Amino acid sequence: MSSAAPAPEHGWTGWLRRRVVAALPPEKLLPDSQPAYMSSWVYLFGVATVSSLAVVLVSGGLLALKGPAWWHVSAVGKYVNSLHLWSVELFMFVLVLHLWAKFFMAAWRGRRVLTWMTGAVAFLTSIGTAFSGYLVQQNFDSQWIADQAKDGMNAVGIGAFWNVLDFGQMLTWHIVLFPAVICLLSAWHVLLVRLRGIVPPIDAPAPDTHLIPPGQEERA
Amino acid sequence: MVGSGYEFTRTLAAPIDLDGTGRYVHWGVVQISVANLVVIALMVLVFVLAVLLPFPRGRKRR
Repeated sequence: MSSAAPAPEHGWTGWLRRRVVAALPPEKLLPDSQPAYMSSWVYLFGVATVSSLAVVLVSGGLLALKGPAWWHVSAVGKYVNSLHLWSVELFMFVLVLHLWAKFFMAAWRGRRVLTWMTGAVAFLTSIGTAFSGYLVQQNFDSQWIADQAKDGMNAVGIGAFWNVLDFGQMLTWHIVLFPAVICLLSAWHVLLVRLRGIVPPIDAPAPDTHLIPPGQEERA
Repeated sequence: MVGSGYEFTRTLAAPIDLDGTGRYVHWGVVQISVANLVVIALMVLVFVLAVLLPFPRGRKRR
């Protein structure tokens, strides 16, 4: 009996599929076991950051659907607003702990510079997102922060482009542009972690060295 | 007359008054609110505990 031959892969979709599956096979993209050196609480700060980000996005999405004034006139709105605030507090808390942990591990080793950089830029973007969130509270606190911040923005020359007194502009940045950048960078960051592997302790051999192409061992 | 609900809320709110003026620590050129200082101290504590506390085993690891 003849066995079915694999279908030929034509076009850019076939090329892209081969590249993606070769770079991130399913067992590497969604592993069911982890290296022994990950038996430490310090490795949980990354997933805690992603988990709290999910709560931030869901609660922020609800606030966006109901409008920025909802939490001023509704008990449920106030609850969702509080959920949003405290999940952001938790997000920043564990994000900085993740940053400390990876800094002391020198996590940019082994061709992981891009992983480090995407995480660093996502961290900076999250600061901008949090700041623009304070500006769209629609209360005296946000007015005071915007009034003070405008001098800082003008002093560094970006006040005309990034007008913190413009509520509409800040709301757009807060609920569309900044979250989009954070989501893209976070997804890229996690994919790079899967691609390059979790950075091993400084004195431990990398468990994924067999995945490094021949001739590039010294770069790992 | 003050109800028991009010007393309960007041007891819970007593440890940290978030409605009042913030308290600040001045140390030379450094000026930081007590609230931020407490959060940073908590972060350092959690980080040290995460490094030192043993992680429960039981899962197969490579």
